[in-house]
Amino acid sequence: MLVNWIKDADAAFAQAKQESKPLLIDFSAAPA
Amino acid sequence: MPLEAHIKEHPAYFKRFEALWTPTILVMDSEGVERYRIEGYLPKDWFGARLKMGLARVAFMHKKFADAQQLYEGVVEKFGNLALAAEAIYYRDVCQYKATNDHTSLGTAAIELAEKFPTDEWRLKSLPWAH
Repeated sequence: MLVNWIKDADAAFAQAKQESKPLLIDFSAAPA
Repeated sequence: MPLEAHIKEHPAYFKRFEALWTPTILVMDSEGVERYRIEGYLPKDWFGARLKMGLARVAFMHKKFADAQQLYEGVVEKFGNLALAAEAIYYRDVCQYKATNDHTSLGTAAIELAEKFPTDEWRLKSLPWAH
């Protein structure tokens, strides 16, 4: 399944609030 | 709503959200409050179960007990063989109690936990409910 990752935290929080949806943050150090 | 925070691209996010290890997953509610944290790698099934636990926690903390109960029940049904199912059983029946004020649901949880997870911490937490 393709995930459309957001890379800007403030934009993600604003979108989550606007849509009343939870937000998942993936902290990774894996090679790209 | 998925946010990617790679240590090379967003080191400030690690400090902001106190992520000290990778991989770390945070489940935040829509107000930006952390509700669930997963640290360390997990196989796909386990990870899916933990994510559901996180979403259930979000619903629980927002007092959406019917939604939370359904999510916890989904974990029990799909991942009943995993140890985290004990926590799901516990909170599933807490949600039932919170939604109905019927304390018998807590006794039901205590019985189920004693049968399925006799040595688990969540079973111990249910001991006061056993009559």
